[in-house]
Amino acid sequence: MVDLKALRAEMDKRYKVIEISEQRTDLAFLECDKIDVPDAVAYLRDHEGYVHLSFITCVDRLEDEQFEIVYMLRNHEKKHDLGVKTKIDRKNPVMDSMHNHWAAVATYQRELREMFGIEFPGSPGVNRPFALESWAGPPPMRRDFDTRKYSEETYFPRPGRETHDPAEHMKKTQYPGRADL
Amino acid sequence: MKTKTDKPVLPNLDLPASDKGYFCDARPEVVEPVKGIWENFLNWGRANSLWILGFGTGCGAIELRPLMTSRYDMYRFGVQPRPTPRQSGLFIIGGYASVKTLKRIVRSYEQMQGPKFVLGLGSCTVNGGMYWDSYNTINRLDQYIPVDVYIAGCMPRPEALLAGIKALKQRILDGEAEGANDYARNFDWYKANQKKIITDWNMPDYNW
Repeated sequence: MVDLKALRAEMDKRYKVIEISEQRTDLAFLECDKIDVPDAVAYLRDHEGYVHLSFITCVDRLEDEQFEIVYMLRNHEKKHDLGVKTKIDRKNPVMDSMHNHWAAVATYQRELREMFGIEFPGSPGVNRPFALESWAGPPPMRRDFDTRKYSEETYFPRPGRETHDPAEHMKKTQYPGRADL
Repeated sequence: MKTKTDKPVLPNLDLPASDKGYFCDARPEVVEPVKGIWENFLNWGRANSLWILGFGTGCGAIELRPLMTSRYDMYRFGVQPRPTPRQSGLFIIGGYASVKTLKRIVRSYEQMQGPKFVLGLGSCTVNGGMYWDSYNTINRLDQYIPVDVYIAGCMPRPEALLAGIKALKQRILDGEAEGANDYARNFDWYKANQKKIITDWNMPDYNW
């Protein structure tokens, strides 16, 4: 068990913690400002036992014009996961590189740059393509990128394909005559 | 008769000048089938020695393992895997192909010696399957290389693969499996389609 209140008190002494929330007994999320994230992550690694970075991921909050970056840390001794979240501006997506804390972070940052277009200045090899070769379109995991339209324009779709909206199709085939659905 | 120098050569524009000497610039040539009993004999031989290129291009390649082993035993049909395109006559495209893989598919297909056959395995090769609206997978394989037989399904079981191989054999025996000649005749069309989506074309125009 991890005492989140004690952890919050320790963090509050050093950084501006916006929110800390417990999702399960072994999973919690901590949100702080973009500027505090590298130091907060280093503190959690060196003093609180969160030595393992499981992954970095990004959530595209299109409606708020923000990207949410999540650093998922793992404390093996206490068997506890802690996600450090931060929000950055979607129009100017620049984040501090974390490759000095874990060398492997550079790979995640390369992926985030390719899939979401987030810049990580100084991260080694960040401008090399990660999974896509010769990609010219917008970053494909952004929510305002219309992958279907792109596919239809690019990949010679075969005519005659019939598709159903899953919800409508289920209503028709599984629950005919149910007006309340 | 034209001499070799009279033929139009491929520009290989995307190769650096220092590499151009290493690669051939000749276009693929149509090899007309000799009609009659000799061609029938050759086709009988081709149909009974289908050698698969050992290049699992997508998730469908997982179905080739049970096909190889004792339960389905493709060897009884004269089908066996080969490690290199030079020794292979049959290319099984195992399902979805991303743009990155398609580049390797084109390169491997061109390196195979004719007559060569292509089996499209799974719905993804027909119309994109479940990846039809993906930003990075092709929808129709036959726009990029000639396909002899499609096996629909996601995944098709090894029995379906055997049925597809049987259908391919019948096509070869009937003299209809002219994919390599089709590729040579419509070379410019295939090449234009390939280059439309493979934008970093850093290889020769024809890798034979």
